[in-house]
Amino acid sequence: MQDTQTQTTAVCRVAIAGNPNAGKTSLFNELTGRNQSVGNYPGVTVERTEGHLHIEGQSMQLIDLPGTYSLTAYSAEELVARNFIIDEQPEVVVDVVDASNLERNLYLTVQLMEMESPLVIALNMMDVAQRHGVIIDAAKMSDLLNMPVVETVAREGKGKVSLAQACVQMAAGRCQSACAVTYGHHLDEHIDTLAARLAEDDGVCRMYRPRWVAIKLIEKDPELAQAIAKIADDADGIAMATRAAIQAIETHGGDQAESIVAEGRYGFVAGIIRRCVHTPSTERRSLTDRVDTVVCHRAFGLVLLGAIVYSLFAAVFKISDDWAWLFGDSPTGWVGRIFDGLAGLVGGLEATSPMLHSLLADGVIGGVGGVMGFVPLIFTMFFFVAILEDTGYIARVAFVLDRALRAFGLQGRSILAMIVSGGLGGGGCAVPGVMATRTLRDPRDRLITMMVAPLMNCGAKIPVYLMLIAAFFAQYQAMAMFCLWLLSWAIALICSWVLRRFVIKGEQTPFVMELPSYHMPTLRGVMRHAWGRTWTYIRKAGTIILAVSLVMWALMFFPRMDESAPAKHAGVSSVPHGGISQPADHAQCRTQLQQSYAGKMGTALLPLTEWAGFDWRDNVALVAGFAAKEVIIGTLGVAYSMGQVDPEGSEGLSEQLAGDETWSPLKALAMLIFVMVYAPCMSTLAVIRRESGSWKWACFSTTYTTVLALVLAIGVYQVGQAFGLGT
Amino acid sequence: MIEPLQENLTYLADARVGQLVRIARIEGGGPIRQRLLDMGVIRGTVVRIKRVAPLGDPIEISVKGYNLAIRKSEAQAIRVESEDK
Repeated sequence: MQDTQTQTTAVCRVAIAGNPNAGKTSLFNELTGRNQSVGNYPGVTVERTEGHLHIEGQSMQLIDLPGTYSLTAYSAEELVARNFIIDEQPEVVVDVVDASNLERNLYLTVQLMEMESPLVIALNMMDVAQRHGVIIDAAKMSDLLNMPVVETVAREGKGKVSLAQACVQMAAGRCQSACAVTYGHHLDEHIDTLAARLAEDDGVCRMYRPRWVAIKLIEKDPELAQAIAKIADDADGIAMATRAAIQAIETHGGDQAESIVAEGRYGFVAGIIRRCVHTPSTERRSLTDRVDTVVCHRAFGLVLLGAIVYSLFAAVFKISDDWAWLFGDSPTGWVGRIFDGLAGLVGGLEATSPMLHSLLADGVIGGVGGVMGFVPLIFTMFFFVAILEDTGYIARVAFVLDRALRAFGLQGRSILAMIVSGGLGGGGCAVPGVMATRTLRDPRDRLITMMVAPLMNCGAKIPVYLMLIAAFFAQYQAMAMFCLWLLSWAIALICSWVLRRFVIKGEQTPFVMELPSYHMPTLRGVMRHAWGRTWTYIRKAGTIILAVSLVMWALMFFPRMDESAPAKHAGVSSVPHGGISQPADHAQCRTQLQQSYAGKMGTALLPLTEWAGFDWRDNVALVAGFAAKEVIIGTLGVAYSMGQVDPEGSEGLSEQLAGDETWSPLKALAMLIFVMVYAPCMSTLAVIRRESGSWKWACFSTTYTTVLALVLAIGVYQVGQAFGLGT
Repeated sequence: MIEPLQENLTYLADARVGQLVRIARIEGGGPIRQRLLDMGVIRGTVVRIKRVAPLGDPIEISVKGYNLAIRKSEAQAIRVESEDK
């Protein structure tokens, strides 16, 4: 593969590597500006961001590799970064190094050197290093490592031109980066011997550089050992030579071979630092330390965490939903108005072509409106989460809460997703909640959090609760809401414990986490972060939600009852948008609903749900609630011949249900529990599909919650009846 | 090759807040070991125990000029000797 590097195309690829928190993404943003696209690496849910840069007539494609501390096979990110460099052979690899934390950052540099990558070092956060009194001789470092070293301050855009120029030079072959890493005499010898043995093997040389393979085999890298066993001409001979080398190294070094390799790397780094870095001898207490004595304080830390998380939650919903700060309405209100306006535009079709009208108004506009309605919420949530992330506070959240949540198979950072999903009991939304799981690094922790976050009481379930409580438990309203909040947490924690135990099994990943120094986030960085993630939601989730909402619409619209009858107001809105129907039509709407596929599903489900006390009308409402939980109220209204019911003002429905002989406080309780637990709404589902990378988990999440909801509802209803509470 | 005296060795998990210790050995293997190595927890490195989380676990240590949080279960596998005089 080495000889394929001859330059034929004008585009050259620049991979940006570096430690997390080294300012890699800021630098990438500074270099590429708005020319970015976000995707995923094939087969994994690791984000892949690409951008373009034009300088000196050269067009460069920049790829932001995931931030890693190392290049082992033990994490998806590290594997992605390393395979990208091996498989795609980028013309330049920029290694972003945090100058204020040089020793550990250079450890990754050493590994990139082992891969013989065409390296350019960006010595970032020079301002922070200088403030700490650290003096770095970049020219000397460049000499020692034999590669370009460029000083940068990514947050301020300093040094980006020099860095881009260095990349152009490197791509044109006008400078080089070639420096052999030395690990100490004894280890070097064994690496050389094994590398020479590998160099004779054509199978290995076709794919890899022998010296790098030698180091990785000595490190007992499982992924590479497997790959070599497959491609090598003499796999057995290589395995034997590896074993011999490892044994000799371990006997001589008195520790595991991978430890000795790591020590060798850090030894090399120490040598570089000794020669070109001057660190002040007096160690002063940093700002980060002073802040952390408060933030991670035994008692005060938890109080502060509670306050911060609560304000985040409150701010997200106040700004996007509650406050009328944008020309007299909230941003969510505006999105609603725009879609109501659009629905009004197609209103003229109602008389001439009722089916097309219903399709456009209820299916398309309702569906897209449903997607877009979340956008202000998601953007604000990511705005604040980006602030917490960019300052470094999220890592402290994980630190403070890890112990408590670990007992249930979650980890400290899960708390954010749970709270945004509605964990505080005052509303919330699982769509941004599931997206907030991006702050979790371990895929298993992420998945479990994603599976249980929709169990929280989101803002759409609350109107349903309030309606049922007003009908049957009016005198205990506050107490009832509190119990529902408690119940949602209990169920979520038990579910995550069970999932960790039996479904998403495996050791919890080692909790070895950097607590990065605090940084002041930049508005530009935070905005970009928030918008990037919001855009991903609009693009990906939008298509899925639109498709599902069209299916839901069709289920309620077809088949039409008696075609000859004047279908004046036959459609049932899948997303209620305040339409008020004529009382005379109510009975007809109800009959149409019963006739529709959704109605037939409701009837078909009866043998199962009557154990929980639900009849066909309740079933239809619950099926419709799959579109969005607040739709339950509207559909119940139609099913109980009430016409459209606005979720915000459901007193009429409460009275109707309280007076209905099929309803009892016991049935209401079963219904409350069912609504809390059953299937996440389709928006959440689409986001789970996107975030987990497969339909498998979206389906699993729907199935397990629905089965659990049914079991709980039936259990409550049957036990209640046995005690004579059903009447 | 100088092996540290076994009597002086304790576990990192048992070290006091504020104490300076020198890493002697990591027990066990696989991903946890590799991760600790990558983060600079290697033989001979001196680390300071900075604080314990409010609920008693994890702990925060200062290693190679930066701060690292590790669970007590991981710190249980790290053998250290005291650097305090």
